[in-house]
Amino acid sequence: MIAVLKHELRTYFNSLTAYVFGAFLLVFVGIGAMLYNLQAAVSNFEFVLSFSSLVFVVIVPILTMRVLAEERKQRTDQLLYSLPISTTDVVLGKYIALLLVYMVPLCIIAVYPLIFAQYGDVYLLTSYGSLFAFLIMGGALIALGVFISSLTENQAFAAGIGIAVILFNYFSISLAEYVSSTALGSAIALIVLSLIIGWVIRHLTKNNLLAYGVSFVLIVGTLATFLIDEAKFEGLLPNIMKKLSLFDRLDIFVNGVFDMTAVVFYLSAIVFFLFLSVQSLEKRRYN
Amino acid sequence: MIKVEHLTKYYGDHLAVDDVSFEISKGHVYGFLGPNGAGKSTTMNIITGCLSATDGRVLIGGHDIFEEPDAAKRLIGYLPEHPPLYMNDSPLEYLRFVGEAKGLRGPELSARVSEVVEKTGIYNVRNRRIATLSKGYKQRVGIAQALLGSPKVIILDEPTVGLDPIQIIEIRDLIRELGKTHTVIFSSHILSEVQAICDQIIMIAKGKLVAFGTPEELQQKLLTPNEIILTTNAKDKDLQDIVSKVDYIADITTRTTDSNFTTAHIKSNHEDIYELSSSIFRAFTHSDKVIYEMSLKKGNLEDVFIELSENADAVVTPIESANDDSIESEVKSE
Repeated sequence: MIAVLKHELRTYFNSLTAYVFGAFLLVFVGIGAMLYNLQAAVSNFEFVLSFSSLVFVVIVPILTMRVLAEERKQRTDQLLYSLPISTTDVVLGKYIALLLVYMVPLCIIAVYPLIFAQYGDVYLLTSYGSLFAFLIMGGALIALGVFISSLTENQAFAAGIGIAVILFNYFSISLAEYVSSTALGSAIALIVLSLIIGWVIRHLTKNNLLAYGVSFVLIVGTLATFLIDEAKFEGLLPNIMKKLSLFDRLDIFVNGVFDMTAVVFYLSAIVFFLFLSVQSLEKRRYN
Repeated sequence: MIKVEHLTKYYGDHLAVDDVSFEISKGHVYGFLGPNGAGKSTTMNIITGCLSATDGRVLIGGHDIFEEPDAAKRLIGYLPEHPPLYMNDSPLEYLRFVGEAKGLRGPELSARVSEVVEKTGIYNVRNRRIATLSKGYKQRVGIAQALLGSPKVIILDEPTVGLDPIQIIEIRDLIRELGKTHTVIFSSHILSEVQAICDQIIMIAKGKLVAFGTPEELQQKLLTPNEIILTTNAKDKDLQDIVSKVDYIADITTRTTDSNFTTAHIKSNHEDIYELSSSIFRAFTHSDKVIYEMSLKKGNLEDVFIELSENADAVVTPIESANDDSIESEVKSE
């Protein structure tokens, strides 16, 4: 794992990736700090972070698009498979390298509240609480990016899908207001979701029986619950969309609450996507 | 050293490797021979743990590649068909990464890296970006990577493909050199190459193991029948009479040209073609006919290769070694 980590870090800092990523993040947070803290003279640095989170839509896919897709394209994944290291080591090494690349600009950003504190009252606890949330939310998005990159050998495709998924996640709170909140609408959405899950399973395992089986069980479960207790489905779809939003939970911290549930949620998302990445790499050996 | 048992691999419905079993002992150069698409790369990928098998088992030094991948992989150095190089690294950076992944640290890492750099002759380019290197040097960096961590077995998948003739010779020399200290398995679809470098040949076609033995054994045991071509003044019928006194004649075809010359192709399954030719010669001396010209056509490995590749549907029990019980080869055409 250490070997992969060191190699990845060297690759990032020898190429433009780490610098472009860092520059983007710093510019965005810098503009935010200008607008809120300097121009509008607000002492809440956490607002800047809330505003800056939009930048993840672009920079996370740029950072993560090549991480596994490129290995596959250059056939270097064969080297990784033949080395005496496990796939988990590979994914973890790569993920931690990405995390470190992400933490470099964050360390610079971490100085801002201290600077502002020299010239007025800054809520340091809230600022750093939010910065911590900003860190692990970014970590969760990077894990998502790693997973998307593991699905394809085309970097551009990985970036495109990444941007689409993160953008959707960013706006899912606003979109949730517009989707149908009726029980029937939610039930239909869940059935569609079951089919999508089945399709993903089929794509990952190439096992038709398993895929159709899972879809079938999920659909029957949905229909049965729907027929027995329709009320449960009332407003379910918008709720799910709200619950799955990574960005929404950042605002809890910005509002001054250190929410452990959110921390657990982010960490689970990280573990979940890294697990999927490992499975996705393992699956390539079985195709 | 390596034991492959009933290895089978399906890609979807396509059968790529079909029940292949063989055993490789220490300290030889093994040639893995077969036409393109025969399943060479697939087999090598499975042996090195890059690919799963549908069925069967691979033991490397007693370690199952699927059950104890770490222990098994430590014994192998592998160069896949496309050298898996990070183009933005320099050879030195790249080799340090691979060395670390193989568990080398500190001074030992540096020492081993310099050693393989020396051995593969990439010292002059060690600090250049791999992307800017020529194909031959890229291949060398790939081999250097396989050598790191002093593995017992080195597996090279088509290491000479796409190189120019001088580079091919250099790589072949390198493989021969490696064969002195390691067990080397390398695949190729070029027969002469395998014949030149290898002590043992594993021949595979259409996913099946069709032959296994030394080049000489294969030549002897799997030969197409020997053929003697002779030109004589004997007419067809006389010729038949003369030759009928000789044993081991399998088949004879004759062609008479207008000036009383008869050309005969005599096929035989006699093992020693020279003895057979003497018998024929003696048979002629007892008659009043003469031999104008006689030539011996020995089957060569090329023919064996072509024949085996074409008849891959036939089942051949592999020839192990000369003193083994399973010498007999049995060919069943479907």
